Parts: sequence; C-alpha cells; structure tokens
Amino acid sequence: MTAQPHRARATAALLAASAAVGLAGCSTDPGAETTVTVFAAASLTEAFEQIAHDFETAHDGVDVRLSLAGSSDLVAQIQQGAPADVVASADTASMDRLVADGLVGTPQDFATNSLEIAVPPGNPAGIASLEDLTDPDLHLVVCAPQVPCGAATTAVVSDSGLTLHPVSEEQSVTDVLHKVVVGEADAGIVYVTDVARAGPGVEGVSFPQAGAAVNTYPIAAVTQTDADTDHAALVQQFIDAVQGPEGQRLLADLGFVAP
Amino acid sequence: MTTTRAPATSRRTTRDPAEVPAGLPRWAYVPAAAGGLFVLLPLVALGTRVDWAGYWSLVTSESSRAALALSLQTATTSTLLCLILGVPMALVLARGRFPGRDLLRSLVLVPLVLPPVVGGIALLSAFGRRGLLGESMEVLGLQVAFSTTAVVLAQSFVALPFLVVSLEGALRTAGERYDVVAASLGASPTTVLRRVTLPLVWPGLVSGTVLAFARALGEFGATITFAGSLQGVTRTLPLEVYLQRETDPDAAVALSLLLVAVAVAVIGLTHRRGASR
Repeated sequence: MTAQPHRARATAALLAASAAVGLAGCSTDPGAETTVTVFAAASLTEAFEQIAHDFETAHDGVDVRLSLAGSSDLVAQIQQGAPADVVASADTASMDRLVADGLVGTPQDFATNSLEIAVPPGNPAGIASLEDLTDPDLHLVVCAPQVPCGAATTAVVSDSGLTLHPVSEEQSVTDVLHKVVVGEADAGIVYVTDVARAGPGVEGVSFPQAGAAVNTYPIAAVTQTDADTDHAALVQQFIDAVQGPEGQRLLADLGFVAP
Repeated sequence: MTTTRAPATSRRTTRDPAEVPAGLPRWAYVPAAAGGLFVLLPLVALGTRVDWAGYWSLVTSESSRAALALSLQTATTSTLLCLILGVPMALVLARGRFPGRDLLRSLVLVPLVLPPVVGGIALLSAFGRRGLLGESMEVLGLQVAFSTTAVVLAQSFVALPFLVVSLEGALRTAGERYDVVAASLGASPTTVLRRVTLPLVWPGLVSGTVLAFARALGEFGATITFAGSLQGVTRTLPLEVYLQRETDPDAAVALSLLLVAVAVAVIGLTHRRGASR
C-alpha cells in the first residue's frame, strides 16, 4: 500500500464515516476490521500520518483513523463524547483537563517543541539572534499572547529582558509563518517544527533563549466504556509505536525533540 | 424597517390592504417564518449568553475601545472609497456601450463570491512588499504592509461589489427615459446624473452603501491575511472577537453583541433616512 490511498482514507474519516468505509473498500488493504481512532494536535499531522501508515502495514486488518485539530478543539470533542481511542495534544494543559475529567489514562510525554525565528529565504534582514529582533524598523510578526505560541513567545522574551516591537500579533502560528513565507514580514517567531514543515519557503534561526518555553506533547489512551481487552492492547501498541525508536526517529526528522 | 416601508407601498397601489395579496399564497408564510426564526434565533441566543453584569467593563476595556474605534474609522473610509469608485463603475456598467461589458461586470463581482482569505492572498500578490506593485510603491515611500491602509484596502476590495451590484440594478430598473428627456431639454450629462439619475436611484444607492458599510465592518478573512492584527492599527472588531474567543469567551460574546448593535443601528438609521427622502 502506498502512502496516497492511506492519506485519502484518513482525510475521508474526518469528513464522514460512511465515506471512509466506502474508500476503505476500494483500498488494497485486505478487509480492515479493527479501527484505532487517533485524535492528534494539528502540528503532529505529518508525523502521525507516517506512524499510522507504518502501524497499518505492521498490523494486518487494522485501520488507523486520524482526526487532526487544535489541542483545545480535541479536548472539547472528547469531552462531548467523540469516539477516540488515543489522544495526543500539543501541550500538557489540554491533556490535564482530560485527566481531571477522568476521560484518559495516565499520559506520557513523547516529544517537545520549542520556538525558532523564521526568516524569508536568504535572510534579507540578516537576523542572527533574538536581540536582532528588537530593531523597531524591522517587520517582525509574532503570535498574539492569547494563543499558545504567543504565550511561549511572551515567556521567552520577558525571560531574556528584551522588548520586541511586532508589526502584527497573529491569531495562529500558521498566520505568522504565512506572513514570512510571502515576504511581508522580515522575521517571525514560530516553532522549530513549523520551520521544518515550511520547507524551502523559510529559513530557521535558532536562539538560546528558546529553552525558557519548551512545549511538551503528551499521549494517552482514552478511557473506554466497554472493556474490550484485545482492542485496548492494540491501542497500547499504537502508543508504544509513537514512543518507540521508529516513531521517535520520524518525529526527530520533523524537528521534534525527545522529552 | 418593514413597518416604515409598508405604508409607502400601500399608498402607491390601489388594492385594499385587507385583501389577500394576489401574488402571496398563504403557505409562503410558513417557510418565511421559519427563515425569519433562523436569522433571529442565533442573535437572540447570543443575547442570552451575555454576562450583563460585566458587560460594560468588557466592552469598554482598552483593547475593545481601540478595536471599535478602528472598525468604525476604517469601515467609514472604505465606504467612502467604495462610493467614489463604485458609483462611476455602476454607471459605466449600466449605461456604457462598449464591447466586453458583460464580461467586465462578471469580473467586478468576483470578490463577492470569493472566500475572503483568497481575497487577502490576491491583495498580497498585488500590494504586498513582494507583490506586483509592492516594489514601485516602496520606491515612492508607500508601505501598506501591516498598516491601517491595508485594512481599508481589504475592506474596500470585498465591499465594493455590494455597492456596484445594488446601484447597477437600480439604474437598470430605472431605465434611461428620464435621462433622455432631461438631455433633450438641454441638460449636460453631469446635470442629468446629478438632478435626474441619482435622485431616481436614491434608495438603491442608500441600500448599496449600507451593504458596503456592513460588509466592511464585518471583514475578517482578507484583513487577517493581508493586514495582520495589531491593537489600534489593524485589529478591527471582528479580529478582536476572534482573538478574545481564545482566552475570554465572555468578552468575545459581549463584543459580538456590540458588533450586532452597531450593524443594526447603521441599517436602522440609513433606512429611515432613505425612506424619508
């Protein structure tokens, strides 16, 4: 099975279960019977698509369905009773809410992510450090303090005792990245994995102060109402796959760091 | 709004208002009522979610006041820009005789059906620093990136078609008979436009202006893509609502209601003025 039909099927699963069933029937997979539904933070998209694909290859008759969204949306969906087997969030705060509600088992940290400066190709403004971003004439774009990446930016900047003069405080990290990719901004503060994901569109400039705000990604099994031990074992195998050497190598390739 | 209009209509027609209107079957009231509920229910529901005790402090916070002031200022500027460009555009499209007019009309309406985010990307391609005109504008010392001007451009881009469509429709409905008579009596084209055409299409012009203002006030996607988001500079009320939603849902609801109130006030005021004309 190539990556293409898998990806198409994963997307379809998000749209409608019926569509997913229809497409699964067309795939080369011999009769997918068991399904593992994985809710994962959007920043894990590439990593989890690959891990899910490898897991399906290794486990005959198992279909992994990925639901990718912002961590707070994933938490809200699970709280509303969405049928998830595994949840992986981009921060411990979201996972803690699920733990407090008794909706998941004990979470385990499997990756971390930290901030990096993104600049357009060739680094026209010659940015080399966090201090370089304090130039008031620079077109600097950051996340608004209200969203997670902005909170991390604020923590790093106040920790270093610097003052930034951003021309825009964006809604999300992807908005910041877009402004850098199109060359509107001279620099932006995003996550290491965003720079890795953007490919040749941006260059990353790492800075030592980033250590002041490291994001930890936890993963946990969602507590099931019906006790199906076979299925629970399969779910645990998926969690192990994420934490295992192969999963960790994939995550490292995408810029994540082991906890 | 409907109540102020109804008497004007019945005055013009000779039909007894008590009679069943000829073109209005009774069953139409059912889906019409459902449609009305569909529009009103979410607005009423929004009102029930408001934390009234803290409402005043929520909508008068520094960031809220900055967003409201910026929204009113940019939406007004955009509406003026739409009037300056849109009225002649509607005239040319309704009255002009040149090849390719129908195609041009369709193209002008594109922002109407375009997702605003796509509009924002298109504006970046034209006016961004690396855009088509970006470099020549930078040479002239004009920088629209991340400025209030960018907000006005984004709002005008999405609002202009609303004005053009409304006015062009009114111009077509009004026809050219009166214009021709006035011209035959010696009036110059500009006098005809000022004294005959525009008074004739006044309601169309007013509703087009209101629609353009409302669209500019609600603009979100093109603004966030093209102009960015900074308090007092580019963060308009819709952007502030979206951002507050992340951390303070109460404030987001309060600001949403404020936006609804501003929209209703604008529509109400202009309609009364338009009707009394």
